[in-house]
Amino acid sequence: MNLDTKWLGLSLPHPFVVGASPLVDDMDTVRRLEDGGAAAVIMHSLFEEQILAEELATLGPMDEAREAYGEALDFLPMPDEFSLGPEPYLDHCRQLKEALSIPVIASLNGTTKGGWLRYGKLIQETGVDALELNFYDIPQDASQSSEDIETQFCDIVWELRGILDIPISVKLSPFFTSLPHFALKLEEAGVAGLVLFNRPFEPDYDIENLAGTRTLHLSKSKELLSRLRWCGILSSERSLDLSISGGVHTPADGIKAILSGACTVQLVSAVLEHGAHIFGTLRDGLSEWLEDMDYKSLDQARGALNLSRCPNPEIYKRANYIHLLQSWRGVLEP
Amino acid sequence: MGEKVFITLDGNEAVASVAHRTNEVIAIYPITPASPMGEHADAWAAKGIPNIWGIIPDVVEMQSEAGAAGTVHGSLQAGALTTSFTASQGLLLMIPNLFKIAGELTAFTLHVAARTIATHALSIFGDHSDVMACRGTGFAILCSSSVQEAHDFALIAQVASLESRIPFLHFFDGFRTSHEIQKIEKLQDDVLRAMISEDRIHEHRMRALTPDRPVLRGAAQNPDTFFQAREAGNHFYLECPGKLEAAFRKFEQLTGRSYDLVTYHGDPDASKVLVLMGSGAETAQETVDFLCSKGERVGMIKVNLFRPFPKLAFARALPRNVDRIAVLDRTKEPGSLGEPLYQDVLTALHQAPPELKPNFDNLRIVGGRYGLSSKEFTPAMVHGIYQELSKDEPKQGFTIGIIDDVTQTSLSYDPNFNIEPDEVVRSVFFGLGSDGTVGANKNSIKIIGEQTDNYAQGYFVYDSKKAGAVTISHLRFGPKPIRSTYLIQSANFVGCHQFQFLNKFEMLDRAAEGATFLLNAPYRADEIWDQLPLEVQETLIAKKMRFFVVDAYKVAKEAGLGPRINTVMQTCFFQITAILPGEQASEEIKKAIKKTYGKRGEEVVRRNCKAVDLSLANLHEVQVPAKVTTNRRMPPTIPDEAPDFVKSVTGVMLAGKGDSLPVSAFPPDGTWPLGTTKWEKRNIAQEIPIWDKEICIQCNQCAFVCPHTAIRAKVYDPVLLEEAPEGFQSLTFKGKDFKGQAYTIQVAPEDCTGCRLCVEVCPAKNKENPRFKAINMQSQREHVEVERENFDFFLELPEPHREQIARLDGKGSQFLEPLFEFSGACPGCGETPYIKLLTQLFGDRLLIANATGCSSIYGGNLPTTPYCTNEEGRGPAWSNSLFEDNAEFGLGFRLAVDRQEEVAKALLKELAEPIGPSLVDALLGIDQREEAGIREARSLVADLKKTLLDMDNPKAQRLFDVADYLVRKSVWILGGDGWAYDIGYGGVDHVLSMERDVNLLVMDTQVYSNTGGQQSKATPLGAAAKFAVAGRGIPKKDLGREAMSYDHVYIAQVAFGAKINQTVEAFREAESWHGPSLIIAYSPCVAHGYDLAHSAEQMNIAANSGFWPLYRYDPRKLHAGEAPLKLDSRKPKLPISKFMENETRFRMVQRMDPARYQYLQKEAQRVVNQEYSYLEQLAGIKLPSDQNASESDGAKNK
Repeated sequence: MNLDTKWLGLSLPHPFVVGASPLVDDMDTVRRLEDGGAAAVIMHSLFEEQILAEELATLGPMDEAREAYGEALDFLPMPDEFSLGPEPYLDHCRQLKEALSIPVIASLNGTTKGGWLRYGKLIQETGVDALELNFYDIPQDASQSSEDIETQFCDIVWELRGILDIPISVKLSPFFTSLPHFALKLEEAGVAGLVLFNRPFEPDYDIENLAGTRTLHLSKSKELLSRLRWCGILSSERSLDLSISGGVHTPADGIKAILSGACTVQLVSAVLEHGAHIFGTLRDGLSEWLEDMDYKSLDQARGALNLSRCPNPEIYKRANYIHLLQSWRGVLEP
Repeated sequence: MGEKVFITLDGNEAVASVAHRTNEVIAIYPITPASPMGEHADAWAAKGIPNIWGIIPDVVEMQSEAGAAGTVHGSLQAGALTTSFTASQGLLLMIPNLFKIAGELTAFTLHVAARTIATHALSIFGDHSDVMACRGTGFAILCSSSVQEAHDFALIAQVASLESRIPFLHFFDGFRTSHEIQKIEKLQDDVLRAMISEDRIHEHRMRALTPDRPVLRGAAQNPDTFFQAREAGNHFYLECPGKLEAAFRKFEQLTGRSYDLVTYHGDPDASKVLVLMGSGAETAQETVDFLCSKGERVGMIKVNLFRPFPKLAFARALPRNVDRIAVLDRTKEPGSLGEPLYQDVLTALHQAPPELKPNFDNLRIVGGRYGLSSKEFTPAMVHGIYQELSKDEPKQGFTIGIIDDVTQTSLSYDPNFNIEPDEVVRSVFFGLGSDGTVGANKNSIKIIGEQTDNYAQGYFVYDSKKAGAVTISHLRFGPKPIRSTYLIQSANFVGCHQFQFLNKFEMLDRAAEGATFLLNAPYRADEIWDQLPLEVQETLIAKKMRFFVVDAYKVAKEAGLGPRINTVMQTCFFQITAILPGEQASEEIKKAIKKTYGKRGEEVVRRNCKAVDLSLANLHEVQVPAKVTTNRRMPPTIPDEAPDFVKSVTGVMLAGKGDSLPVSAFPPDGTWPLGTTKWEKRNIAQEIPIWDKEICIQCNQCAFVCPHTAIRAKVYDPVLLEEAPEGFQSLTFKGKDFKGQAYTIQVAPEDCTGCRLCVEVCPAKNKENPRFKAINMQSQREHVEVERENFDFFLELPEPHREQIARLDGKGSQFLEPLFEFSGACPGCGETPYIKLLTQLFGDRLLIANATGCSSIYGGNLPTTPYCTNEEGRGPAWSNSLFEDNAEFGLGFRLAVDRQEEVAKALLKELAEPIGPSLVDALLGIDQREEAGIREARSLVADLKKTLLDMDNPKAQRLFDVADYLVRKSVWILGGDGWAYDIGYGGVDHVLSMERDVNLLVMDTQVYSNTGGQQSKATPLGAAAKFAVAGRGIPKKDLGREAMSYDHVYIAQVAFGAKINQTVEAFREAESWHGPSLIIAYSPCVAHGYDLAHSAEQMNIAANSGFWPLYRYDPRKLHAGEAPLKLDSRKPKLPISKFMENETRFRMVQRMDPARYQYLQKEAQRVVNQEYSYLEQLAGIKLPSDQNASESDGAKNK
């Protein structure tokens, strides 16, 4: 079965790729993932916020004790090789490119316009095949409208498009009021693909210690449903490449992602749970299903159940919700 | 000669630059002020910078200077070009090898940043006492007087040594030259190559020990031959000055800089001549030029080569008409007829050939001392000496620069004699260590030195305190080389970077007429005048000064730099002085910022650059009014109620006027009173912890962890609250042992350093708003008045008696009075809570032997002393011997205490009848293992003393003198890992091997903290430290397990942040064990590279990740057949990465080399897993019970 797919113009032998995560930190692991059949890898994000925080957090302890006391003008060595900028990330991109034969896609999360542009350019210089922009922001300022935020994101894409040669994708959160409209604007700004969706840390509470905590659980198959909805809607309208990230654990999940219109599927939790061979399992499962269903190729199945091709498109609409409630009432009534 | 290249750097770097490029092996050990030389070499080697032959020198850090010297000796013997750097006590430790190296006629140059030898006190500062202790070693001794000379002589010494086979000790003044920044001409590699003869290197190689040409060197010789053989090398010494002279001439041809064995400067017909060595010669030369320009016939001889003393050159250099010579030594040899240089000058002149011999009938030669421990040596003093030489009989054995009102050695001089040339711009800056003033000034000098034709000089005076350290920067620049090796007395520019300094230092005393004053103040230009004390207003008016103000903290905050105001103040300095055109100045500052901070991230650079741009808009000139507008004077440094000594001596030192104290002010033997930090109200915290009693759960953790004893807990009779000030807070105590008593947590508002450690450990949260705890950081300025009054009242409340405290655990221990308070340790110091606890538990019967290091500095560095006494006048008796001998020193305490106890017991028995048998029996039979027994013993001793006073018997007097030893004393031996793991390990091991009741407390910071973070054998796997820049590749030494190889040593590994009660328990068990005890205490340190406010949490992670397992190994259990080890921390539940990722020392390795870090982290995980497993098995080990054990507490000697 021909499982060839395209993602941001990159030819992949099948849709299953390693999603942005620390999985790629260890070279041995990432080699195992390639051997296990991953079609591409996406680096975890270079977080501008993290770089700033580390620079400032290190400045205090290292600088406040400097040049203060005659016996110890400083307390730590200061080798030239020690830098707090993005270099380790960039170095790792280079190493991945050198070590792997599959495409390597970098990921970036900026906090300032300058950061997005500066780091984007640096990332391209490492030789990666594409850049994924991780648009993850928690608006807390009531004076900032959704339009402001969307415009800022589109501006960043626009400007990056002007300075980068590699294709750009955007990884989104599900919390945009009108995702199709925003997708349209992103497409116009020059984005080649959308990834649905990122899974940020969520705040949690430690009720014993009266403190906040941050948790991130591995995804479950049920999380796939929200991805299917939006992928199904977007793929029916837009020519953008779409990728699903989150909730794909089984061959059936992977098949559903394709049916909703995804070009690729990003896997992290499933890899952590099942190991590198998950790629083979999903690929083979998809292949078998396509054969069983008499599809000639992956492309033929892609988007078969999206909004425009689904035999019962009402599943994508609000009525769907009301219908479900009515069926529940039937169960609850004596 | 190639094109001249100028560089701006300090003496240490200037020397290391040459030494690194001309050697193959460098073996060192860190010691102030020489440490930076080794650090530079190590950093260059780590960067792959080769020597002039293309080989990267192998830089090794040894366990002591003795070890470094042995390594050097071996490396030389085996044929490598080898060097080392050291100072002071370190040089003394090298002496045995120096004799050997010289005796074997080995080409070698040792570079010494000359520093005072510890006598009545330690001093890190400069004089020649260390070098003079080496004058019998057989080394040639070459002295350089300036940074340029130090750079040049580092090469010339190496050349002369290779040429002569005499090893050279090249020295320069510690701090004054080692740390002074100067613009100098760099020696390029081609000069180095041209100077060093390949033939001589070949000869050096051919003398190497090698099995290919085997010889034996270092035989033992007997009376029949040793003497002759010792004389066999004489001609090498006779030829040495000539070889050096030849090297000078060759150097002159290559560089144009001319040097001689001795250098005369001044009037060729001078009648009065000074003779001296070192940086003081620069000042003397400057003064001679000035005096000669006024028509005086004076001159000076600078001795460059001290050994072999160049007597002919000296005699030739002396003007024919001289009739008065003063020889100045920067050292003191008590009991001698004169100091070394003086004696050599006398001998040289007496041995001079007839044609050079002076007419002794008319000649008076006097010797004098100056500049001990970097005491200032100024043109005024030089002038004073010349004036003394004008007398018929100048004073012999004089001192200059002090007032000796005891033995009247000192010369008087006119302190207002000022010769600073007008063309030199002189600037003085008062700042805090933490505000970055010195760093910015170092950048300023480099900018001026490199971007203008000016010569530039920078010298920096540092505090002896680590928290809130004050720095004073002295910057000069001008069109000619600057020889002013003394602090600026008359400044054109004074910068005050901290507004509160106006009330502490009379800084405008240093301002010249018409000078400029730049003040960082939280006030606008139109309101600042009225905020100035009267003294400052008066001086600004009287000296017709220009006055500028900037709110640097506001600008720094706006730029996102927090309290780092250095860039703001630096920009204002350049703007006001217009040394560079405005735009260029800003650009150069920004370039310097990029150089300084570039590697630490673009954001830091961006914010600093923003600060440059913001500064100018916030700089305002203040029009100085014609009249003063206030009557508010600077407050007294010390309050009136302080003891006389504190007011008349400590207070003067605190005011920065210690130089004015006469000899009579000082105890002659280094003895100093305790408890003087409390008089020094430093007010260095911006925020202090304020107690919210409604939230408090009375756990006392805040008090426990406070590194500066600035927050305390107390229980007391609530009746006493009737006298409490209005704002004093109190609760009813919840515990059983003090039921119904009142309870207070109180901050010492003027002593707190604001480290926030107490707030971070506070477990109690406000239920409505958990962001607030039972103590919260609040503005010091807003709370200081109320809390000062509260703290005074708190101190008046009685301390509870020890026996009243039912549970002496972490909480209970904090009701004991700490006898260690307000030390100068760093904010958040991880060592001091242990010391405070020690004084709380045993302080009133405690003797402390303290190894040199951080704990000896914050424990005993004047002006003030943190150890203090209780109401009865008892407290820790503290002393520091050396770095390397502390275990032995403490053992000596124990031996002396035990002997005197034995003497007392013997006399008691002897005098039993007249004293009364019941009292004697009671005293001899008392069990002092618990606090009640000690209290009873004290009471009985008091009775005994009363009885003895009534007895007319010489033995009764003898017993009276030693009676206090009948109360058990606790001997503790304190130090850091540098001492216990490295330099003092032999002693530590030996003392532990003995059956003596001593307690060793190792405060393990895992690096040499006091000298700036060099690796020790306690540095953990994966951590970067100096001399382990790439991250230490092997695990730290396990000191505890080594001590377990004995079965009579009590051992505990503790970390108070992980388990407070375990720490207290370990201290108590160690003390109760009548044999040797070893406590290894994890001590977070600024060298770990994180905000120490979080150190308790990090200690907890250390224990929970297995990085620092907690345990107690009690030999008493061995006797009971039980497993001796109790593991106090659970099986690691966190990966080691959780610990490592929080500290820059590990993150640095991760950043530099992720693959290596990953490897090291895995290794570290393996090591902690295996270590825990080992301890776990030891904790469960089955042993046969020893029924025949003599005593379960193992104190056979008791």
